Amino acid sequence: MPNMIVCVKQIADPEAPPTSFKIDEAAKTMVPAQGVSQVVSPFDEQAVEAALKIKDAQGGKITVISLGKNFVMDVIKKPLSMGADELVLLQDPAFDGGDSHSTAYALAMAIKKVGQFDLIFCGRQAADWDAGQVGAGIAENLGIPSITPIKKVDIKDGKVTIERVITDGFEVVECTAPMLLMVSNELGEPRYPKLKGIMAAAKKQPINWKASDIGADASKCGTAGAKAKLTKIFQPVKEGKCEIISADTPEEAGAALAVKLREARLI
Amino acid sequence: MADNKGVMIFGEVIDGKLAASTLELLGGGRGLADTLGEPLMLALVGSGVGACAKDGIAYGADKVFVADDAALKNYTNDAYVNVMEKIVKQVMPNILLMGMTPIVRDLAPRLAFRLGTAVSMDCLKLEIDSASKLLLMTRPVFGGNARGVYVCEKAKPQMAAVRAKVMDPKPKNDSKTGEVVNVAAGLDVSKLKMKNVATKKEQVAGIKLEDADVIISGGRGLGSAEGFKLLQPLATALKAAVGASRPPCDNGWVSPSIQIGLTGKIVSPSLYIAVAISGSSQHMAGCSGSKNIIAINKDSEANIFKEARFGVVGDFNKILPAFTNKVKELVK
Repeated sequence: MPNMIVCVKQIADPEAPPTSFKIDEAAKTMVPAQGVSQVVSPFDEQAVEAALKIKDAQGGKITVISLGKNFVMDVIKKPLSMGADELVLLQDPAFDGGDSHSTAYALAMAIKKVGQFDLIFCGRQAADWDAGQVGAGIAENLGIPSITPIKKVDIKDGKVTIERVITDGFEVVECTAPMLLMVSNELGEPRYPKLKGIMAAAKKQPINWKASDIGADASKCGTAGAKAKLTKIFQPVKEGKCEIISADTPEEAGAALAVKLREARLI
Repeated sequence: MADNKGVMIFGEVIDGKLAASTLELLGGGRGLADTLGEPLMLALVGSGVGACAKDGIAYGADKVFVADDAALKNYTNDAYVNVMEKIVKQVMPNILLMGMTPIVRDLAPRLAFRLGTAVSMDCLKLEIDSASKLLLMTRPVFGGNARGVYVCEKAKPQMAAVRAKVMDPKPKNDSKTGEVVNVAAGLDVSKLKMKNVATKKEQVAGIKLEDADVIISGGRGLGSAEGFKLLQPLATALKAAVGASRPPCDNGWVSPSIQIGLTGKIVSPSLYIAVAISGSSQHMAGCSGSKNIIAINKDSEANIFKEARFGVVGDFNKILPAFTNKVKELVK
């Protein structure tokens, strides 16, 4: 039965209305708006779902690892309530200010400490910084193959069969375990936790590791280990000059829109 | 690290010709190379790609490195990372540019980690900082809500994957001269773990989204696969392609291959008609390059109206058929 590891990230809900989105240019990050909740990054939930599909079919163990801070237990335990077995949280000021390089290094060190694995899953990109790199970096650190973005995966006798999304369809790729997969939304909607799963997750205690617990070299963690430097962040300016076509009935408004587009030489 | 010189393009060949993205990179890369006073180089990796080397020179490259090997016929991560690692370590470029293509989405991050450097994905703008001479890379972050400007100070090459149509190709100049260098791929096939066993193309009926001048796109508000069918008569009348935001694809109402957005296709038609699409940032990231956006949505506060030129607020079930009929009358 396969041993599986899923890496997930807790982020501010990316589906929050764009109007509530604010950045702090000096601090070079986003400012969490009031009332915007924390969630598991959507592609990471799909990564959990990909692992659960394999567990459904052939059993196995799923260990979820998350690097971050200010964890909201109800949020970060969601993969457990969906059906994962263990949760490891990596929290340490040493991890602050990291980029894809330092994050991938720390996650790889934690995975080495977990020990056995056949498949590692990540989301194709975290829906905050959208870098799309941590998965590949973990695999490079561990010296195993990686692939992105994937919509389907199966494993049998150590042989992994993957469907990788391309522009007009997909490629079928075969590989050998252990390997790392970066999961895309084409996999389909992740399952909703069932009440039984939520109750079981509530009782389960996460394992907490610091940089020293995983033998991480401080010079490779957080800001010290980062290779990319963000020099500036800004919001693109939107013009926002929409002419609303209105009429007595929706049908008349529809017809008037067509006339308007004709007048503007758009059709 | 100080010895790294030149701008290298990772080239892609489609149907025996340099890909449009590669021509764009050669055009944009030429400008960056001239600003730095460094050469422009092209790396071609694959099987039967050597024949494109002279076109690479005609489109701006000073030097083309070719790794032509039957084992590279179909892209796989491990083979291509190994070969590009070899070329980059041999040539030591200052900058490595790639197109934001399905190959590069998989290749670039792994190659960057292998080389111990950083890559910025999906770049919208590249420029050379006049003081430091380093590459400033602007890319969307937070689902398109913001832009980040990145720099790679500690490692070389500075790597960027560039979105399609961000750069312009230069006209072909067949009299331009340059050098072609063959590089042995040197792959030990027995050590490669990945194998591309099939490529399945989904046939989308009608006009391709990337080529369409007019796109009719539907969102979550259409409610079902049935709701989507209302878009087809309008698409036919306007010779338009049909697209979708993410929820209809994830719900299985339409094929994921027509998804427009940050994680789907990025389009820039003349006319983009968004029906029952709220306009989330991650969707707008895929269509905000459209010249004219038209919105039909029941929520007057929907974000899509902030980016649209014309809009109608109301129920698409009533608006769309009347709109379609009038369009048919006007365009016939």
